[in-house]
Amino acid sequence: MNFPLIPEQASTFAPNVDLMFYALTAFVGLFTIGITGVVIFLGIKYKAEPGRKSVHMESMKLELLWTVIPAIIALGIFVWGAIIYFDYQNIPENTLDINVIGKQWMWKIQHGNGKREVNELHVPVNKAVKLTMTSQDVIHDFYIPAFRVKQDVLPAKYTEMWFEATKVGTYPVFCAEYCGTQHSTMDGIVVVMEQDDYQEWLQGGPPVTPAQAGETIFQQMGCITCHDAGAASRGPILNGVFGREVALRGGETVVADEEYIRESIMTPSAKIADGYAPLMPTFPNLDEEDILNIIAYIKSLSDEQQ
Amino acid sequence: MANDVVQGPDFPERDYARPEVNYLNWKQTVSSWLLSQDHKRIGIMYLVSISIFFVVGGLFAIMFRLELLTPEGDLLQADTYNKFFTLHGVVMIFFFLIPSIPAVLGNFLIPLMIGAKDVAFPKLNLASWYIFMVGGTIGVIIILVGGVDTGWTFYTPLSTSYSNTHVFLAAMLVFITGFSSILTGLNFLVTIHKMRAPGMTWFRLPLFIWAHYATSVIQVLGTPVVAITVFLVGVERIWGVGIFDPALGGDPVLFQHMFWFYSHPAVYIMILPGMGVISEVIACFSRNRVFGYEFVAFSSVAIAIIGFLVWGHHMYVSGQAMYSNLVFSLLTMLVAVPSAIKMFNWTSTLYRGNVVWETPMIYAIGFIGLFAIGGGTGLFLGATGMDVPLHDTYFVVSHFHYVMVGGMVMAYLAGIHFYWPKITGKMYSQPIAKLCAVLVFVGFNCTFFPQFLVGWLGMPRRYHSYHPDFQVLNVMSTLGASILGIGFVIPVFYLGWSLFYGKDAGSNPWGARGLEWEVCTSPPDPHNFHEIPVVTKEAYAYTGEETLSV
Ligand code: HEC
Ligand SMILES: [Cu+2]
Ligand SMILES: [Cu+2]
Repeated sequence: MNFPLIPEQASTFAPNVDLMFYALTAFVGLFTIGITGVVIFLGIKYKAEPGRKSVHMESMKLELLWTVIPAIIALGIFVWGAIIYFDYQNIPENTLDINVIGKQWMWKIQHGNGKREVNELHVPVNKAVKLTMTSQDVIHDFYIPAFRVKQDVLPAKYTEMWFEATKVGTYPVFCAEYCGTQHSTMDGIVVVMEQDDYQEWLQGGPPVTPAQAGETIFQQMGCITCHDAGAASRGPILNGVFGREVALRGGETVVADEEYIRESIMTPSAKIADGYAPLMPTFPNLDEEDILNIIAYIKSLSDEQQ
Repeated sequence: MANDVVQGPDFPERDYARPEVNYLNWKQTVSSWLLSQDHKRIGIMYLVSISIFFVVGGLFAIMFRLELLTPEGDLLQADTYNKFFTLHGVVMIFFFLIPSIPAVLGNFLIPLMIGAKDVAFPKLNLASWYIFMVGGTIGVIIILVGGVDTGWTFYTPLSTSYSNTHVFLAAMLVFITGFSSILTGLNFLVTIHKMRAPGMTWFRLPLFIWAHYATSVIQVLGTPVVAITVFLVGVERIWGVGIFDPALGGDPVLFQHMFWFYSHPAVYIMILPGMGVISEVIACFSRNRVFGYEFVAFSSVAIAIIGFLVWGHHMYVSGQAMYSNLVFSLLTMLVAVPSAIKMFNWTSTLYRGNVVWETPMIYAIGFIGLFAIGGGTGLFLGATGMDVPLHDTYFVVSHFHYVMVGGMVMAYLAGIHFYWPKITGKMYSQPIAKLCAVLVFVGFNCTFFPQFLVGWLGMPRRYHSYHPDFQVLNVMSTLGASILGIGFVIPVFYLGWSLFYGKDAGSNPWGARGLEWEVCTSPPDPHNFHEIPVVTKEAYAYTGEETLSV
């Protein structure tokens, strides 16, 4: 029977996190043994004896000492944890971007070239990978123990997480946020491949990129009728809108990021672009994958402009 | 008075016999119990009710621990498993941990300790019990009609839009039971402020009272927030008003903020009273005044205050902003300090005392060991970067069981064993009770220590089936749970036995200090004191007047 006691280290985070984990384990272990040992020792040394007086002691010095020292240690742990946390939060430039959609009870993965997979994530070794994640329904959580990474996956929001795998192999993925009946089977694998193998694997994908798929939806759903550069367009022209500041009715502005685009499509009435009538209908049939494709398309329109 | 005399195990000097008429037997009808406004009888009614709930909550745990013997989900259906862990959490938290020490021992002891004839509002006290039982009845109804499967945390939008179990009933249960907790807290606050006997100044109060004061503040300020939160869950679920579900225009993370704003402080509702008991027990069985009384007292208050500012540590990976996470992490680290202060002061209390190794003391020492681990692993989870891999794994499950069971339940058992002779007037068998305390300690560690390991390996919590790599540790945990289960059952027998065949305990079998021991009989008089005592000395006057300052 397989009986591992320590988790595999397969990302750049793992060694740093593990160092802190084992250091804290040693500290808490020693503290526990120490304080229990002292209690038992004192309990035996000062075992009740008829005729001996108990002596009550007070000591301001000691009180200060065991207030200040634990406070310093706690601050140290805070700082150490924060340093590791900055690593998690600092997403490097030039990542390989992959989309993840959680859905009761599976993971849909979408690679940049349009290749898709379910409950499997193929990534190249030694390359920073960024996952942009959202949920179709309830809150899930994408967790890869061997990489020591975890991030909640929320409906109507995009959360991001990055990692760099360091060891070729196959590792489990779990959903860590309780999400209903089949929560415990909402798992999968991440396959870390040599970079060349990964490229080869990727080529086996379908010819349609997300942006192309997005364009198709854009035409089929009739977005084009209002958002067409040519006509006396009823809606704003979407070329170049991604990443730009958009003026809203009422004088506010907002940066058109993924979340704004998503909201504009799913609840158009939430924020109305300045100078336009709130004409845009809702599209209840679009699922999160379609929306990611549309976003990719709108992004590609901006890229073309540059 | 005997207090300035040397205190060895041959103490006490003064002991009253068991009174003919006491609060247990002066009226015998059923209604004299069910309509009693006597804080002692109400305490007993809570004792009986929460013991039943503890058994119910425990049965759910037995079922899912058996399921977890194998990686496949074979014994229970996934839905059943999910309902069982939800009900285990709901029952244990709302019907055992939160009321345990305050509603049982607090009710029984606060008036006795401060020299009052009852709590400030006896009718309200009885009403609290009835409200509690209405909540409990809803719990039973939920179980009978098919359960609820959202986890005790009721995260949205799972609870509001997706679960098709009895979430609305569960929301009502939390809402209603919450009022029982609020009213008890209110009652205690007023009692402690207004009903202290002459001479019972704030700094003469037993630390048990300080701990309950702090707890009551949290109950009164925190519980309404969770009541509103679950009320909103109900509103969204029934009328589809968009509050938490983004599909309706709501924000699911808002729910988490509101929920944890109460539910983090709630962990202090659960642990602070336990710390109060530990202070009493350690002082008595070390025959020494608690080292650094003021520091222990104010650390309870500090925990109650800072405890309100750390809720975001449950949400480091929820998409919460980085700087919010850092602030919550910093505050979380600070809240560890007052707990550490208590630990050191308790330890030092033994120094130059006269330590008596009786059952309550063994539980108290067990508490110190287990709480050190429970609190220490809290440091792992409070540190942002360290929490990322550990969040929502069995490491967390183990952490809070070390605090809630290793800490709180051990303290509760320490308290029950300490005050049993006061409550019933009977003494139980020490050797059996001591052995049982050791059994609980061992069983507890066998159950939960493997869970730290399996959590670090990566097993998420709330898993009906799991990766085969995790099996050995899960089997170990289940075996440990069976030892722990036996350890929890045995006291029912020897304590029950003592009721009928136990020796009369006398008024102060432990040679303890405090009005409840020195002035009250065992069991106490229906009105506690024939005349209100006048307090002339400090709490824990085991050593006479002299204090050695260094
Ligand atoms: C009936 C016409 C109409 C249709 C069809 C329509 N839109 Fe719109 N859309 C508008 C109007 C008008 C606005 C500006 C007012 C507002 O913000 O709601 C807008 C705004 C937007 C914006 C925000 C742009 C900005 O500059 O702030 C996005 C993104 C968008 N639409 C995407 C889509 C997509 C994708 C579809 C197809 C699924 C679609 N729209 C279909 C009329 C339409
Ligand atoms: Cu899940
Ligand atoms: Cu908390």
